[in-house]
Formats: sequence, C-alpha cells, structure tokens
Amino acid sequence: MKADRTGHTHPLLFSGTDWDFDTIRRIYDAVEEAARDELGLDTYPNQIEVITTEQMLDAYSSTGMPQLYKHWSFGKQFAHHELVYRKGMRGLAYELVINSDPCISYVMEENTAMMQTLVIAHAAFGHNHFFKNNYLFRQWTDAEGIRDYLEFAKGYVAACEERHGQAAVEQLIDAAHSLMNQGVHRYPRRQRLDLKAEEQREAERHAYQERFYNDLWRTVPTGTQQASRQNEDKRRALLELPEENILYFLEKTAPKLAPWQREILRIVRHVAQYFYPQSQTKVMNEGCATYCHYRIMTRLHKQGSINDGAFLEFLQSHTNVVAQPTFDTPYYNGINPYALGFAMMEDIARICNVPSDEDREWFPDIAGKGDADNVLKHIWANYRDESFIAQFLSPRLIREWRIFHVADDASKNALEIAAIHDERGYRRIRRALARQYDIAWQQADIQVVDVDLAGDRHLILQHEVINGILLAESDTTQVLQNLASLWGYNVILREVDPATGKVLKEHVARATPAIAA
Amino acid sequence: MYIIDRRLNPGGKSFANRQRFLRRAKALVQRAVRDNFKSRSIKDLDQGGEIGIMRQGVHEPTLRRAASGGQRDHVLPGNKEYLEGDTIPRPSGGSGGSGSQPGQGGDGEDEFRFVLTKEEYLDLFLDDLELPDLAKRRLMDTEAKEIQRAGYSTTGSPASLAIARTMRLSLARRLALRRPSAAEILKLDSEIERLEREGAPESELVALREERERLVRRNRRISYIDPIDLRYRRYEANPKPVAQAVMFCLMDVSGSMSEHMKDLAKRFFALLHLFLTRCYNHVDIVFIRHTDRAEEVDEQTFFYSTETGGTIVSTALEEMLIIMRQRYNPADWNIYVAQASDGDNMGSDSAKAAGLLHDQILPACQYFAYLEVGREEDPMPTGTAPRPSDLWRTYETIATPEGHFVMRKVWHRREIYPVFRELFRRRGTNVRGGAA
Repeated sequence: MKADRTGHTHPLLFSGTDWDFDTIRRIYDAVEEAARDELGLDTYPNQIEVITTEQMLDAYSSTGMPQLYKHWSFGKQFAHHELVYRKGMRGLAYELVINSDPCISYVMEENTAMMQTLVIAHAAFGHNHFFKNNYLFRQWTDAEGIRDYLEFAKGYVAACEERHGQAAVEQLIDAAHSLMNQGVHRYPRRQRLDLKAEEQREAERHAYQERFYNDLWRTVPTGTQQASRQNEDKRRALLELPEENILYFLEKTAPKLAPWQREILRIVRHVAQYFYPQSQTKVMNEGCATYCHYRIMTRLHKQGSINDGAFLEFLQSHTNVVAQPTFDTPYYNGINPYALGFAMMEDIARICNVPSDEDREWFPDIAGKGDADNVLKHIWANYRDESFIAQFLSPRLIREWRIFHVADDASKNALEIAAIHDERGYRRIRRALARQYDIAWQQADIQVVDVDLAGDRHLILQHEVINGILLAESDTTQVLQNLASLWGYNVILREVDPATGKVLKEHVARATPAIAA
Repeated sequence: MYIIDRRLNPGGKSFANRQRFLRRAKALVQRAVRDNFKSRSIKDLDQGGEIGIMRQGVHEPTLRRAASGGQRDHVLPGNKEYLEGDTIPRPSGGSGGSGSQPGQGGDGEDEFRFVLTKEEYLDLFLDDLELPDLAKRRLMDTEAKEIQRAGYSTTGSPASLAIARTMRLSLARRLALRRPSAAEILKLDSEIERLEREGAPESELVALREERERLVRRNRRISYIDPIDLRYRRYEANPKPVAQAVMFCLMDVSGSMSEHMKDLAKRFFALLHLFLTRCYNHVDIVFIRHTDRAEEVDEQTFFYSTETGGTIVSTALEEMLIIMRQRYNPADWNIYVAQASDGDNMGSDSAKAAGLLHDQILPACQYFAYLEVGREEDPMPTGTAPRPSDLWRTYETIATPEGHFVMRKVWHRREIYPVFRELFRRRGTNVRGGAA
C-alpha cells in the first residue's frame, strides 16, 4: 500500500495477469472513483460483459450491435474478420462499447487484468461519457430505446422473410444497404427520436394501412388533370424536394412499394442514422476515451492501485494505440484518430494550464484559463471532428507532427505542396485537415431534385460535384439500378458542376420489375 | 454496474449470416473450391481451408466518389524536406498519401479470402454430385451397432450397478475417512461391560463411554455405502463396420500419357476417394501404377513421379489380384477398381487383360470403372468419330449389361464430374449380392 497526496491508502487491485470477477469488480470501483475524482465524468450506468474471442468476432461483424437482423453481408464481415484474426494479421480490438443506456462494454476473457482495467477506463468511462454528453449523440441517438428497437427490427425482418420469402427480403435489404449513406438526415429534426413510441406508431399505422389498402383506388381517375397543371415548383414543394435522404424519400413516396418494404427501408434508415454521429466524431470520441484512460491509469498507478509492472504494460499498449506513423512509412494508413485525438486533448490541457504567447494569440478564450478538465468536457459535449479540428488544432501541434498539405490536381502532372507547418501554413493546414473530417465535404452531395408523379414518374437525382471529383462509375451504376428497382421507374442521376450548372455526366438506370411488390 | 458473463451464451451468432453469405456467393465459392481442388493432394481433400473469391462477386456498392480525378487535398504528417510551393511527381499506385480516401478497391478484381470449414468445403464440393446409392446402400444395410463395455459411470439404471466396483470404492472411502468398524465398537462394549462388572472407578468408565459415543457417532456419520461410491457399468454402441472397402487405383503412367491425361485421372481418383470416405467407415486405397510392369506405390509417387515406358495393362491387373489375395479377401471387403488409361496397350496383351478382368477381377469386385482419358484437342471437331483405342475395343467385349463394369471416355476436365456422377449412379433396384 502506498499513500497518495491526500494520505489515503489504496490496496493493490491485482498482481500478475490473472483476473476473476471479484477483481473486475474491484477494478471497476477503483476506476469509477478515479474517473469521478480525477475528471468528474458523467456517464450512463455501465454493464460489463465478459465474452470469448468468437463472440467478439460475432459482435464485430454485426457492426458491434448486440442484435441485428440477419443478412449475408454480416456473414461476409465475419468470414473476413475470422481469417484476418486466425492468421494473426491483426489482433482483435480489446474492447467494444455500445452507445446504449445502460452502456454495454464487452471485455474479452483473454485480456490480462491490466487490459481489463484499461478497457474499463477507456470504454466504460471515456466513451460512455462522450456518448452521454456529445450533442450529436444527444440529438440523434436514443440510447435508451436502441436495443428494443433492434430487437423489433430483427423480429420484423424475420417475419417478413417468413411471409415474403428470404430472397425478396434479402434483395430489398441489399438495395437499402447500398443507399445507407444516403439514408440519414443531416440536419436536426423537430422532435427527439423516441424509438419505442416510434415502433408502436409504426405498427398501428401499418395495421391501418393494411386494412384499408385496396389497389382499386389507384385506378380512380380523379385529380390527374389538376395535377398535370401544377407547375414544377409546386410539385416539388409538395414532395418536399429537394431531399437528400433518399431512403426516407423512397419510404414516403415510392409508388410501388408494399407497406412491409417501406418498413424495412425505415429500419435500415434508422440503423444508418444511429451510426451517423459515430462517423463524425471518431477523432473526438477516441481522443476523449484515450485521454480519460490515460489520466485514470496514471492516477491508479500514483495511488498504488496498480504496480509498476502493470503500468509499464499499460504504457506499452497505450503507446501502440497512439502511434502515428509518418506519411513515408510503408505502413502509413492515414491519420490515426486515437493519435490525433489524444494529442489534441493533451495539447488543449496544456494550453489551459501553461500557455505560450502563441497559444494566447490563437486561443484567447482558453489559454491560461486553468481548469482544463471543464474546458475539455465542454469541448467533448459541443463539437464534432470537423469543428473540433477547425478550432483547436494548434500551431504547436502542427509543428510537432510536421503536418503538410499536398494539393493533387488530376489535370497537372505533379503534386504541389500547398502548405507546410510554418506561419503561412497553419491556418490553411488546419482548414484542409478539418475538411477531411467534414462529412458534407467528404461524402458526395446527392439529392433527389425532381419527380413527375403524374407524368413519366422518372426520378431525377443530382450530384453536386465538388472539385471535379465524379462518382465511382461501376458502383454508381449498380446502386442506381437498386434505386430504380425500389422506385419502380427509371432513375436519372446527373452530376452537375455547381458553379456553371453544367451537367458533367449522366447516369440512367431503367426500372426492372425486380423489387416491385 | 453489472458484470455479466456471456461466455457461456451460445456462440456462433454469426452462423446464420455466414450460411447466407456462402449461399449468396455459392457459385463463386464453388468455383474457388474446384480450383483449389486442383492443387490439393488426395489425402487432404477433406480438410476445408482458405479460399479466395472475386471481391466483385460479393461487393456491396455504395454511392461514393471515384478514387482518382479532380482536385484533391491530402493532409499528411511527417514532412521532412518539403517547402511550400515544391512540386513532387505523382506517385504511381497512389501510395503517396491517399490515406484519407476510404473504401478504395471494389473496382479492382482483388480477392476476398476466407476460411471454409471441412463440412462447408465438402458440401460445396459434392453439392452437385448425386452420391451413388450403389455403394451407400450396401454399407447402410451391413453396418451393425455393437454394444461394448465402456468403463464405468456415476449414473445409470439399477440393473447396471457394478457391485464389485461400488464396494471397492466404498471400502476405500471408509478406510480413508477412518470409519470405525463394528468390531471396534463391540470390543469397546465388552470392555465397558467388563469394567462395570469389576466395579472400576467411574472416571475410567466415563472416558471409555465417551470414546464409544464418539465411535458410534462417527460410524453413523460416515455411511457404509454412500451415493458417491455408486458405479454403473457403461455401455457404448459402437458401429461395427461389417463391410470395408478398398479402392484400387490403377493408372497408366507410360510415355503416352500426357500431363493433361494424368490430371484427368488424378481428379477422377480424388473424387472417388472423397466419395468413398464420406460413405464408408473404412476405405483403403491402393495405388498401382504401371508401364510395362506394375508396382504398388504411395500416393506421392503415384501422382508426382515421372516414369516412362511401354504399356502392358495386364501387369497392373495381375498386381491388383496379388494384393487382393494377400490383404483384401473379397469375402470381407468391398472391392472397387478404378482404372485410368489412355487406351494404348501392347497388342498381344489385350486378350490377356480381358481374360483376367472377366474371369478373376469382375467376379470379385463390386464395381469396376474404366476411364479412358483423351487428349485435350480430341475429339475431332468434325463429325468423324475417333477410332476407339485397343483397350477400349477389348474391354467393350466384356462390358456387362447389369453394369458393374463401366467404361467412359473423357477429354476435358469439365467432363470429369458428369462422368463420375454417371458412373456412380445407382442402376436399377436389383442390387447384386456382393461379397459383403
């Protein structure tokens, strides 16, 4: 036992590598105390689940969700992960954490006692705090309802397979998956998502629709004359066009889909939406979790809860996680979100506590403010990767990492160094890096712009081409084919240069009766 | 906070998804399995293993930007020498830092690799084969279950209580726990009685009575026979292979056999082997190769050694008969023969071969398949029928209508499966009485 600053003594949590459930409980309590005293984290209740390697592989393949509807692409993921793991090409992640209330963290049985401590600090406190507090998650995900919803989704898809055949459902889900990236609302919606009520409402709506559905109504010849007289703008307004959420649009408007098909589109859309905040907060989320585990582990070591050996073991795995290879190393694989996030969190704490003159100039709001923990907590709650980097990547970090910006213009023979880590380059580098995390900038901007429901019913989409980067040809053809089969009529996608309005490329997909109900 | 141990939850949550994936990619996987089959030896055919399929076949398309073209920005760490305004030649293959581009690939024809289990491998491999009932049925009929003693168990029916074993354990336990015997107590009783009679002082008696009390208590606590002593005789039903099978693989390796022909022969033998091992408990394989003389060889030699010479078919048949007499009595063994040859034979030998086959081999064996392998360029493209080979013409004379001697000719690898299936299809319901 060692006494810490306050004179309290702490027993050693474990020695050696073995653990049992008592150890985990002790570890959890110690980590919780450290998280509370050291950082004041605010988390959902935790649930720690001990699983085997195979179960970890299972969890991996269904995008980490405890249950998801059945589909072959998850099997494909599983087959791939299994091979990679068996060959020892890559270890499994030590942990997996689910944004739900309670927050579920998976720990693997073969982890050492130190790894379990690290995982609990990282996932059950770091990620958990981030999930609970970050505005994107608060806005978009219903941590309380997600598990029930997934349970419902799984059952619904299975029931559909029973009624309509596995092939029909699989084909539909394939098509929906290919549009998953175009299945999210990117702007806040009016009310908070309550998936449980949503599920109930949907069931009622369905029962109603199925009771009153009669195909004959479609043949009643009323209103077409009026409709044809509507001018284009009014038509678009009625359909609430343009619409960027293609899955949503199909669900509401596609003329040929049966109610169950709409519901499945809706399920896929909800899953996509649930993961939407995660894709925008990788750097921050991992940075937050890594920063928290580092602080917690250090404290545990200081107060004598873990011994030097365990702490060294921790430092080794921590260093591996936050390693950032430079661009010219053979294994360079982009910027490591753990590394960038952790470095920025540390940098912000430094700016708060011991700022230089440069920091004072760049970050007048936080430089020298002290109270780094509250500053960080504010940042974790209110930013996403793009805005976080745009605001908090400091010149000092740019210098330390020797970051530079290469402009790559396909029309020129050579690449050009647009900015390096010097006075002239800081802002430009920061802006360029922030853009790489801006989904609006990175993902193609594709919207449904028009459809003539009274006329030929062709669906017209538009891709606003940024920087002359067109869509990948073969994938686009396939996805449009899927889209056409969902829509039931032809689909046209125009790639347009927003500056000149010129159409750079046009893709057309003809409807096949494949998915029509 | 809850800690939940999920390790005992049923694993394999992904099993259904995996099945779906395999079904989805079936055509691709099947092709991959067959390609993979080329490079395998007969012995590890049923091992499962890693295969690769075209990524394109299981690719999931998304609307995404192309990996090249337009103006792009790369932000990279680790600058050493560059200054603003420098130009660098475009790196080939995009290794110069396109790390931020997700999802590359998909347009390429690279492979998606994964591991098939043994069962999955065989299912896919034999999927389009009708397993011939001829052999399977016979074995099913003759397979017998034999009840065998298989040690002892702690549970069982009273009838199978192993008394001797139970008593032995009970004794061991009593000894180990030092259970006082009845004799000891009796002895003490008589001692006390004697002292009482003699009017010994009470203090002595108290000690003895206490001692007796203790022994009785101990006796009661440690029972004579305890449930943990009970042992039951355990029986196991062991399938007893009444019928065993041996497959003779006869291959012509003479100079006239090209690599292509040997490959056809090998694939045929491999299939045969696989089929028999799936259906029989015991299959022996005897490899015999022949030129103008025949010898029994191991698998490796059979398939991979190079040997040339003339062709005398009867040598192989004779060798087979010798081995059969020595080791595989037709009374106990199902005997299968598969012969592969290009049909060349020394003219004077054909009659002898036919005689051996007709008089000695066919009566003893279940099934004789003769596979004649042709050159890849055969048969002739025009309508002219190729001239039958010597051996073919000879064998034709002994082909029996009831069909346990079958001959087929293949020219191309793709014909192996259909021919195999045809050869091993069950013919009629009148199964011949065999040697089993």
